[in-house]
Order: sequence, then structure tokens, then C-alpha cells
Amino acid sequence: VRIFLIPLLFLLSACGEAWNDPYPAAEQGENILYSAFVNRPKHLDPVQSYTSDEAAFTRQILEPPLQYHYLKRPYELEPQTAVAIPEPQEIEGGKFTVYEIRIRPGIRYQPHPAFVAENFSLSEAKVKSLKTPYELALGTRELTAEDYVYQIKRLAHPRLHSVLYGLMAEYIVGLPELAKGLKAADTDRSKWLDLREHRLEGVEVVDRYTYRVRLKGRYPQFKYWLAMPFFTPIPWEAEKFFHQPGMAPKNFTLDWWPVGTGAYMLTQNDPNARMVLERNPNYRGQAYPSEGEPEDAAAGLLRDAGKTTPFIDKVVYSREKESVPYWNKFLQGYYDNAGISAENFDQAVRVAIDGAAEPSGEMVEKGITLSTSVAATIFYFGFNMKDPVVGGTSDRARRLRQAISVAVDMEEYLSIFANGRGVVAHSPLPPGIFGRREGEAGINRVTHLWRNGQEERRPLEEARKLLADAGYPDGRDAKTGQPLVLYFDTTSRGPSDKARTDWWRRQFEKLSIQLEVRETDWNRFQEKIRKGTQQVYGLGWNADYPDPENFLFLLHGPQARADGAGANSSNYANPEFDALFERMKSMPDTPERQRIIDRMVSVAQRDAPWIFGFHPKDYSLRHGWLHNAKPNDMAGNTLQYLRLDVAQRTAKRAEWNAPLLWPLGAIFLLLVATAVPAARSYARRERMAARPQP
Amino acid sequence: VLAYIVRRVLYAIPILVGVNLITFALFFVVNTPDDMARMQLGVKRVTPEAIQKWKEERGYDKPLLFNGAKAGAGKVTETIFFEKSVRLFAFDFGAAEDNRDIGQEIRNRMGPSLALAIPALLAGLAVNITFAMFMAFFRATALDFWGVVLCVAMMSISTLFYIIGGQYLVSKLWHLVPISGYDGGADAARFVILPVLIGVVSGIGSGGRWYRTLFLEEMSRDYVRTARAKGLAESTVLFRHVLKNAMIPILTGVVVVIPLLFMGSLLSESFFGIPGLGSYTIDAIQAQDFAVVRAMVFIGSVLYIVGLLLTDLSYTLVDPRIRLA
Repeated sequence: VRIFLIPLLFLLSACGEAWNDPYPAAEQGENILYSAFVNRPKHLDPVQSYTSDEAAFTRQILEPPLQYHYLKRPYELEPQTAVAIPEPQEIEGGKFTVYEIRIRPGIRYQPHPAFVAENFSLSEAKVKSLKTPYELALGTRELTAEDYVYQIKRLAHPRLHSVLYGLMAEYIVGLPELAKGLKAADTDRSKWLDLREHRLEGVEVVDRYTYRVRLKGRYPQFKYWLAMPFFTPIPWEAEKFFHQPGMAPKNFTLDWWPVGTGAYMLTQNDPNARMVLERNPNYRGQAYPSEGEPEDAAAGLLRDAGKTTPFIDKVVYSREKESVPYWNKFLQGYYDNAGISAENFDQAVRVAIDGAAEPSGEMVEKGITLSTSVAATIFYFGFNMKDPVVGGTSDRARRLRQAISVAVDMEEYLSIFANGRGVVAHSPLPPGIFGRREGEAGINRVTHLWRNGQEERRPLEEARKLLADAGYPDGRDAKTGQPLVLYFDTTSRGPSDKARTDWWRRQFEKLSIQLEVRETDWNRFQEKIRKGTQQVYGLGWNADYPDPENFLFLLHGPQARADGAGANSSNYANPEFDALFERMKSMPDTPERQRIIDRMVSVAQRDAPWIFGFHPKDYSLRHGWLHNAKPNDMAGNTLQYLRLDVAQRTAKRAEWNAPLLWPLGAIFLLLVATAVPAARSYARRERMAARPQP
Repeated sequence: VLAYIVRRVLYAIPILVGVNLITFALFFVVNTPDDMARMQLGVKRVTPEAIQKWKEERGYDKPLLFNGAKAGAGKVTETIFFEKSVRLFAFDFGAAEDNRDIGQEIRNRMGPSLALAIPALLAGLAVNITFAMFMAFFRATALDFWGVVLCVAMMSISTLFYIIGGQYLVSKLWHLVPISGYDGGADAARFVILPVLIGVVSGIGSGGRWYRTLFLEEMSRDYVRTARAKGLAESTVLFRHVLKNAMIPILTGVVVVIPLLFMGSLLSESFFGIPGLGSYTIDAIQAQDFAVVRAMVFIGSVLYIVGLLLTDLSYTLVDPRIRLA
């Protein structure tokens, strides 16, 4: 009887609650958002952090002077801690540009031990005994302009690697000199390097709430950098606090414990398992936006207009390295939102006849909604313009590139390899970026036609004709008769990439061109790009900011990769394009700028240094209890706008996760059924007078 | 015994130096410091100056093996090999690419790895021995035949299948345990129960067959026939005599893996979200964080040598005839 009673009691004891709930029981019913991260962040120090994985955390904590409007599209800058968007003032006849930024008074930092004087002289034993820095006495202080200046100086810090230093050194007056001075002063790495003692000529504190940045020449895109974590405030106290002996071996560094004035503060930092953000009790609050795109009101995105954010008390990010558990936990209601991997696409999404993506029946049944947005990204396939076969400005080479651009069917590529998640690119500019044309005006006329109100890839015969005009009829060199062989450099090497490389071969075979796929590792691939020895290759670019300059510079001649360290990997150089770029880059978004961009795009389409690939579409799912979610590629500080219906979540989780107990009983009975005859047989054997011979 | 241990420890040093040299050659000759810098810095806005600064910050701007610019011992000590590899002998692992202290990470992650690996080892051992004994007891019967067939079938199935299938059945369909995640303390039990169960089930095939072979070999020996002739019960023969004598090969297999339990399980930890050392190693390989990979290879070598030493020592415990000289 006991054998049956014990498991029965065990089963009954757990009735009424979900057994598979991965969170502590104490968190049930709390206003906590649960989400996941796949890649662990590497840096949370705003001077070093640059990836979107890291921005998911840093942008909730750190506040640059400007931010992007949450709902409006095209993306629009607005003040965050600043009083207003600074207007650039040209001085000395345009030799310099000055940005004067005034921040709001009364903004206070999150509670942090760095703001308590006694915490500057901790013994190593004390530090060793801490599990988190928040076990110490906590304090705060008001945000000042000095903190912003301190962070700008940190771009040149000899012990930190800032990806932005190279670019900013070209513009911020005195930054290279500061870097040299700091390097010379940094003789003893055991000591804290107090940047307040070092002057940065181009950045000055005007008063407690105002600072001024002086740039060389004109750089209108600087305002966008003012909305990124590189330009957030860092209190000197935080650097000094974390520099104490014993802190680094405990991983107590500014790189892992950011200090800010944002809506949330990082209270648990275990990038291997869990990162926890909690509401910053000193946060001043922001009004939820009351304007957006026309469809936002219908989507319920303006329901909280004017209310003070943030709405959620705590955000728990769990590490999920594998897509299977991530997806299943989302379906069980243990994650409030999720992306869609290729394996789950068919289960999650139904593509309607008109091509529109909708959540599948299973998702609709669960009240899950789907958001899609085209990312401010381009994946392109480039020709090396220094290559003697596909490169150069000759008519022959141009026609060859145009022929290939027509033949490579990007619509098919998206359908096969991305579940249709993307839009074919006709220029470097993705949707939502100023200068991009939509509809008929936006198509690449070299590769596409406009027919019956739709874009259509030009027929293959036109590509073949272009190829023949280029001197390669039927894919053979008209002079030598030799087949045309081209080389495609790629880092796709695994068995799962074979389908992709085969597809590329087939695209070129349409023109009877032989394509040799040169599979290589990332380092060798980069080396080829750097030396300009690749022929055809693929790369991508994510926007830093929503300005056409941030995409068109990828084709700017002076930024050719093989001639320096620029981002123009195709080494494309066209004097007309380059001259227009120089004019366009410092212009405001006016019709004149649009006209210049139109011309630049047309030049690039004609020269075809790229097969203009595609702009990927981001698909994300969220449960019905998560409100106000709208994809935003630029604004990172989006958590504060989200709202949860906790009661609905609790009810749904209980409904979806009731434990199923009969399989346990069945397994138990199976074991008993196996054990009984075995035990009988054993007893029979033991009673036998002599053992049978095997 | 002490002299034996000392001798084995001394033997271990050249082995570790060799492992270190090979690892160093693999990491620094195949991937130059410039390659490493580019891998870590990504593609956006990376200038030659940034690469140089990255190398300087991490000491990769020095010569690989010999620094002619330095005087005296500096010629050897002011090199990448000395700074990155020789320091490992003092268990000074330095910092990972994300600036986190590797030693601290290893200490933090050891617990979750052991929380998964120890129960899986013990439960696996108990189940495999029981199952093997069962088959050995019913040798040459239908139970034995179908037991072996089951073992071969279970051996043929990939561990990944067990993991995904187990997660699907136990967590997704039956809702009995969390599908992944980890928590410290007593809460760890509900997160490791499924991976332990899967670890045990997936190991029954190979473990059961291997132990069955060992038991059958022992059961064919003269002392077993003598024991039976004396009228001892079959359970006494099996558990008191056969099991004890089969312990040497079992120990060889088990003791050698005990130290390696610290290294964690690469697959299970990733799929079940357990933040152990296996997951750490996989992350480091994917991120090409050579400081971490180097440290884990070194620790793996040390633990393997320790495992072999413990195996030798354990022989003397289970078989008094064995003497270590």
C-alpha cells in the first residue's frame, strides 16, 4: 500500500499550481516582465558597448541627452535629459560647429554605493564578502553637465576600447590630444585615472546644467550620436568606486554594473543565467507619447497617452541559448514576448494570399499577436570594383555586373532562406530612412520593371543580352572562348549552408557563368576584403542612426576598404557619386537633399557595385497581456512604455500548464509489470535444485 | 604511496607543458593576435589604431616566444607565451574578452555543473549496474536477449534526441518540470531532475551493455562456481562476490571521470539553460574567446591527470593485491 501511497501523496501535494513554472513562487502575480536573451552581453560600459544585445540593457539604464520618439515614423529625435534638441552653430566661417546642450535640472541617479563617501575606502575583505555592490549603503545625487563631459573624455581613455573613438577623434576638437595626454599620464594601472584633471579642449562645462561640444567642420549627424549610449552621463564617483582593490576579480566593474538615471537599474547581473532590471526609484518618469502613426490609435498604442512611465516594476531576462526551450517557454506563457526562429516559423506564422503575414491559428487561439517591421538594415552582395573582371568603370564590367544583378533572384532567396521575411532592396536605403522612394519611383530600373502596379524582376533574356554586350555571350569570353568563372567569397561553411551556396551557383548558371564558392573563415574573409582580393562577396549593415548618410557612405569612394579602413568594401568610387555624397551628408532633410539622393541612388544602380540584396523584416510575437509593444529599431529605451495585465497572465499560465499526471502512473505501472514476472522468475530460480546450463 | 603520488605529479608537469605548447601553437599560430582583435572588435568602425590598442590592452602586442628588445629574464617573460600560457600553471587565468575574471567565473559555474553531473553519475551508475545485473542474472534468456536489443537500440539514438524528446514529453506535454533554467540552493532540484533523468536514460544503453559484459566475465570464473556449489543464494553470489570483483574495471571507468565532472556537460547545459562550465566552454568557443578556451583546456588536462592518478590509487582500495611502486 505504501508503494502506491507515497507517489499519490506526492502528486496530490502539487495539485493546483504549475509544476513547470521556472520562476520562484514568490514572484507570482507580481508586475514583472519575463523575457530572454540568447547572446550574453560583453560590455555594459557605455563607452565600449555597441551591440543590440547590450543595448537591451544599457538603454534602459543610461540616458543620453536625446532619444527617439517611441511611436512616430520616420524616426524622430526628441529630448531625453536635454531641455531641447541642440541647434548646431557654425563659427569661424564654418571651421567649427558648436553644440550647446542644456539638461534638465533635478534629474537624480539611481541608488548606488558610489554616491556614499564611506564606500570609497572598502577593504579587500569587505569587497570579497559582497555578492552584489548593492549590499553596501546606497546614495544618489543630481545629474550635472560635468557627468556628460566626463563620459566624452572616457572615449579617449587608454584602458578602455571605444569603437567610436576613431570617428569622434576626427570631429571633437582636442580628443586625439586628450588620448595622447591620458596615455602618457597612465603610468600606473593600479591607480584610478581621474579624467577631471585632464582638459578636453573641444568640450566644456558652461554651467551646472549646460555643456558645449565643439566639432571640426560640419557634422549634422552628430545629433544622432547624442541619442546613443556613448554620450550618456557617467559620474566620476562610479569610476572611482569600481577601481578599488578586489572589485575587478569579483566582476564588480563599471563594465558590468552600469550606473544611470534611466527608468531601470540593473540589480542582478549574471550574464550566464539571469539579468534583472528593477524600477529606478529615483526616476522622474516620462509621459507616454500621445502621438504616433495613423494606425497606432487603432492598434491601442495610444491608450496610455499622457500616463507616467514606466509601467512595469521589474524585468527578468533569462538566458536561453537554444531555440527549442525558448519557444516552448513562450508558448507556456513563461516569456511575455519572443522572436521567431526559422524552425518555428510555420507554427507561428501564416502567410495570407496577398503575402501578408498573420499569426497562425494556434497563436490566435492563445491570444498571441504578431508585429512585423522592416529593419534599418541591408544585406547586400557586392562586387569588388578593383577586380579586373567584375570591377572597374568600363562599359563591359558595368554590363556584366548589371546582368548578374538581374539574374540573381533575391525574391526567391528571401522565400527560400528567410521565410519571406524581408523586402528586396533597390538601393542602399531601407524603409523609414529619408531619401528612400517607395513604389514605382523606388524600383531599381536596371533590375526591375513596374507592371500592373507591382515591381517585377526583368526577364532573364535581358540579363543574357547584357552579358553578351559585356563580351560574354552564353557565359564565354567572346575573344578567347573560355568560360567565364567567377569567385564568391563567403563564410558559410557548414553543411547547413550548402543549400545556400548551391543556390548561388544556380543563379550564375542561369547565365552560364561558372561560380566557384570560396568558403573561408571570418578572419580570412576579412583579410580578403581588407586587401581587396575578393571578387563577389556578401555583407550586411545595421544603421547607427536613421540618416541616409549612414547607408550611402558604404559606397563613398574615399572610404574604400582596400585603401584604408573605411566601410566601402566594394571599393566603389564614382566622382559624381562622391561629390554628391559630400553635399548631401551635411544637408537637412529638404527636397533638395531628396533630389541629390535620387541622383546618387540612380548612379549606384547604373554602376551596380552591389546586388542590392534585401532589408530583413523583424517578426516578433507577444502574448495578449503585454500591451504597448511596437518595434523600434532606433530607440532602445522601450521597456518603460510596455504594460502588463498580470491577472490575465496568471490565469492563462495556470490554464495552459496544468500537470498531466497519468503518464507518471503509466510509467509506474509499466515498471511494476516488468518487475513482477522478473521477481517471480528470480524466486523460481532460487528454488531450483540445480542451475540449468546456459 | 606518497612517493608514487609525487612521482606521478612530477610526470604530469611535462604533459601539461606539452598540452600548453600545443594549445598555444593552435591558438596563436593559426589565429594571430590581429585576427583575434578583429574577431572581438567586429566589423563596424574598426580602425588599425583600434586593433593596435586592443592588442596593447591585452598584452598581445608582444613577441610570441622571445622578446629581443628586453634585457635578462624579460626576453622570456615579456612574451605572449609566458604571459598567457605559463601563468596558467599558477591557476592565474586572467580576464575573458568581456573583462570578467575567468577564475571567478569558473568558481561560480562549478556549482551548477556539479549539481547536474554528480546526480547524473550516481544515478546512472546505480541504474546501469542494476540493469546489467538483471541481464546477467537472466543471461541466455529472453529477458537478457531483449535487454541487449534494448541497449543496442538506446545506444544508437543521439543524445540530442533524448534531450529534445525528454523536454517535449516531460515539460511540454506533461508540464511536470520547467523546460529549462536554473536556480541556486534547493530550487536547483526541479531544474536538474529532467537533465539528470535524460542523462541516466541516454546512458543505459552503453553502460548496461558494458557492465553486463563485465559481470558475465566474472560469473564464468571458478570462484563463482565454487560459491554456487557451496549453496549460496544467487543474490549473494552476484552482489557480494561478482560485483566486488567487477569493481576494478568499473572504477577505471568511473573514477577517471569524477574530476572531469567539474568541466560540465556541453550539450545538456546548453539545452537546459544551466550556467555551468560546459556552457561556458561552448560560449567561449563560439565567441572565439581564447583566454577562456585556453583556461578550460588547461583545467581539463589537469583534471584528467588527477583522474588517472585517482584511478590508480583506487585500485589499491578495491584489490589489496595491487601495490603501487
